[in-house]
Amino acid sequence: MTNPKPQQRAQHNWLLVAGVLALTIFPLLFVRGEYAGSDGQGQEAIETLQPNYEAWFEPLVELPSSEIESLLFSSQAALGAGVIGYVIGLYRGRSEGRNQTDSVSKSTCSKPKDEPSAL
Amino acid sequence: MHIAEGFLPFSWAVFWWLVSLPFLLIGMRSMARITREHPELKLLLALAGAFTFVLSALKLPSVTGSCSHPTGTGLGAILFGPWVMTVLGSVVLLFQALLLAHGGLTTLGANMFSMAIVGPLVAWLVFRSLNSTGNTRLAVFAAAALADLATYVVTAGQLALAFPAASGGFSASFLKFGSIFAITQLPLAITEGLLTVLVWNWLQNYGQRELTTLQQLAQKA
Repeated sequence: MTNPKPQQRAQHNWLLVAGVLALTIFPLLFVRGEYAGSDGQGQEAIETLQPNYEAWFEPLVELPSSEIESLLFSSQAALGAGVIGYVIGLYRGRSEGRNQTDSVSKSTCSKPKDEPSAL
Repeated sequence: MHIAEGFLPFSWAVFWWLVSLPFLLIGMRSMARITREHPELKLLLALAGAFTFVLSALKLPSVTGSCSHPTGTGLGAILFGPWVMTVLGSVVLLFQALLLAHGGLTTLGANMFSMAIVGPLVAWLVFRSLNSTGNTRLAVFAAAALADLATYVVTAGQLALAFPAASGGFSASFLKFGSIFAITQLPLAITEGLLTVLVWNWLQNYGQRELTTLQQLAQKA
């Protein structure tokens, strides 16, 4: 298996992000709808299939408003994104640090006349 | 895919809890083994958990004019095998059930089965079978996208089993729930596939050491 060079992969990454944005924006531009949650629609479908069904357990926490709900959801996303950024950043810093020590040890090992070109 | 609190009849709620619990125990053992033998992988485990955390919080618009969210369980299953995500996915679902009033404790067993068990299993199987063809990134994409979709198909099946239509029974009901969940999910599954490949590319660039360790682990298993 041959992997593309890092530079090629970086270009692919922009394409991936563009694809995600396009898929997210396309429906908003071209499809009219209420954009309600599918979970809620599933619940409505239950109510039409069995009109006399009643939920027999209530959520332990009642959120006071949709503002609080969006606060919690964005906190969830922010926490996760923070961890992803931390881990990838750490890995990246580590591999760059390793590359630097590699090139330093190479240049010190090489003959003195090669040194100017290494700088 | 979150079945709301109290929205499965008692017997079905118990049934899905009983089905899911053994998988959760297998997952805990698998996770304990990995972190014991390779403590350096804990950071990558955090990454896999964080990815599910982010993706399951994003409610994205779909071509059906409604919104739904990806699951993010594919990445962890590709990296660590199917069982670890059972634990991480359940943690996310528990968090959402307790703090966000999203999903619920009574329906946690059913939601665990769709998102934290079937999804990761599908991802792992798809990745294993496609990766042998040599195109790793296609395998990652397909694994993540199909895991996402499978999760929602399972949810539709669970609801159809619990609420069969008066005329047409399970299949009529499955079509109804399927049209709500699975079709909405199609573009979102592609989105999840693309985002998973993005993180995979980063790991290829900067996390080769961990990926090699994981490969050796997978070969041992």
